[in-house]
Amino acid sequence: MSAPSVSIKLSYREALKQSLRDALKNDDRVFLMGEDVGRYGGAFAVSKGLLQEFGADRIMDVPLSESGFVGAGIGAALNGMRPIVEIMTVNFSLLAFDQIANNAATLLHMSGGQLNVPVVIRMSCGIGRQLAAQHSHSWEPLFAHIPGLKVLSIGTHEDARLMLLTALKEPDPVIIFEYTAMLNLEGEVPTDTISVDSIYAKVRRTGKDISIITYGAGVYKSLAAAAELAQIGVEAEVIDLRVLRPLDEKTIVASVTKTHRALLVEDACQSISVSSEVSARIMEKCFYELDAPVLRLCGVEVPIPYPKHLEDACIPQKEQIVTVAKKIVCHD
Amino acid sequence: MNTKITIENKTSPVDQETAKKLLYQMMFIRRFEEKSAELYTKEKIRGFLHLYVGEEAVAVGIMHALNPGDNLLCTYREHGQALVRGLDPGVIMAEMYGKQEGCCKGRGGSMHLFDVSRKFFGGNAIVAGHLPMAVGMALADKKMKNNQITCCFFGEGAVAEGEFHEAFNLASLWQVPILFVCENNLYAMGTAIRYSHAQTNLELKAAGYNISAGSVDGMDLLAVIQASQHAVEIIQQTGKPYFLVCNTYRFRAHSMFDAELYREKQEVEVWKKRDPIPAFSKLLLEHQLVTEQAIKELEKKIDMEIQQAVDFAEAGTWEPIDQLTNFVYSNSII
Repeated sequence: MSAPSVSIKLSYREALKQSLRDALKNDDRVFLMGEDVGRYGGAFAVSKGLLQEFGADRIMDVPLSESGFVGAGIGAALNGMRPIVEIMTVNFSLLAFDQIANNAATLLHMSGGQLNVPVVIRMSCGIGRQLAAQHSHSWEPLFAHIPGLKVLSIGTHEDARLMLLTALKEPDPVIIFEYTAMLNLEGEVPTDTISVDSIYAKVRRTGKDISIITYGAGVYKSLAAAAELAQIGVEAEVIDLRVLRPLDEKTIVASVTKTHRALLVEDACQSISVSSEVSARIMEKCFYELDAPVLRLCGVEVPIPYPKHLEDACIPQKEQIVTVAKKIVCHD
Repeated sequence: MNTKITIENKTSPVDQETAKKLLYQMMFIRRFEEKSAELYTKEKIRGFLHLYVGEEAVAVGIMHALNPGDNLLCTYREHGQALVRGLDPGVIMAEMYGKQEGCCKGRGGSMHLFDVSRKFFGGNAIVAGHLPMAVGMALADKKMKNNQITCCFFGEGAVAEGEFHEAFNLASLWQVPILFVCENNLYAMGTAIRYSHAQTNLELKAAGYNISAGSVDGMDLLAVIQASQHAVEIIQQTGKPYFLVCNTYRFRAHSMFDAELYREKQEVEVWKKRDPIPAFSKLLLEHQLVTEQAIKELEKKIDMEIQQAVDFAEAGTWEPIDQLTNFVYSNSII
């Protein structure tokens, strides 16, 4: 997969919106439904203006019925449409968990391969806006646990622009995590929207000394840490997992086989996290390549508190990534 | 020959051939379920097995009003609907055996019969979980301007679930062509309706969602046919949802694990006197639409067909274990 040749600067929010617009333009079967996606313009203004552009049949405001409208999205997908269902935030997703886990994830298998469920479910997630315990969840591991789902995480502007378009080509249910704290952040996005048509983990920065394996909000933090590490002569490779299920084991193993060290970074709390799985895979597949124990920097095991200083302390920050990476590489 | 059968001022046009077909369908379901119970005790069928005995007039009556192109979603007590939809009895039986010749290659079992070619979308075993999906299927038809309806069966237990209420609101809000059929057999597993619902006249719940509704004696086949034909007409004319409550009773236990501690034997006996099959047979005999001899021949034919189904399932094969992880994902780009 070659790097896009031309790029422009966009906010993460605008990149998401342009991908939605492309999706709606490309395929008449695509429609967006979610709470406040139309008249309000999206809780985070991601779909602002789309109602005016595409009309109420394709940009559907729905009542506060997460189970109802996610289930309806699944049904519409079964019956020939390509719905994009927005759950306003991951925090409300458990109200629709029955539909996702018991219907979307199982129908292909239970029906002996007869039923495809090409639904895309987007949800905004993450921590960092002082929204306290019920509105700051990092539940990627919860969804990544379930066979039958494909779970994507948008950790870069490039993916904000392109990932949805790939997800819509999938015959199976796809969950996409977007990160609220990144919405205003500007970054480079490719103008060529055809270049990404398969999704695997991606090496965001190459290096030979240590693999920092992360996803979502961890990607830019890890890249910033890698830049700092470079100043002291440590060349960190940063891997953006992008797909949390099924995991791209090949890219992980190839990187660790090269660097012989791994630091796993994510916001979700540490126990039974994506990093737990990545760590186990490294042990199973390339243990003898390791020159140091695999370490994890994950969320602290606590409901997220309101005060900023405590909230910041809940998740890995750039400085910790630098410190721990140095420790692994230099045996400090 | 077109004969009109009239009972209690209800008129339903049922010709002789149709009458015989309807009787055959009810008798077939009954016998199929009895055979299934027998095979369960022989440990040929495992897992959960929910039988439709006593409720046959509901599936047969409702589905008489539907077209083959209409989407159908059912509960885990769905053998009857699957048979009426035309799934091969042998293929259903093979599914219940867990054999790869089953309609879902044995992956689903009794509670998860699917046949996409017949628009038969389960076999759904989370109570009320399929209602939102049914609304979505109807929404897709509306968007694509397909001229068909979606029919969704559920028990009265589902009416207490949040998904029932969300689905009803969405269906009405979006004005989608869907027939909601409540098979009210009075017990949500072992909990009687009076312990589940503050309002036991379930059809009244539709008013809160601005949905037209009716209720019917689910033991009376002709009444069910008439009510469902009326419902389907309204849906076709208006494009809006309709809620039909069929008051019925299951004669057997909830599942094969149920010791039936929650109801009196006498209550079951009282309902058995209203068994829809003898009642409909009697009616057809009275109107000379069928003879005793013809019914006996039907019984014989059904026994033979069910034996063939069992033979088919017995002869079926187990899916090789190396195919275990098939159908978790399709071939895809992620």
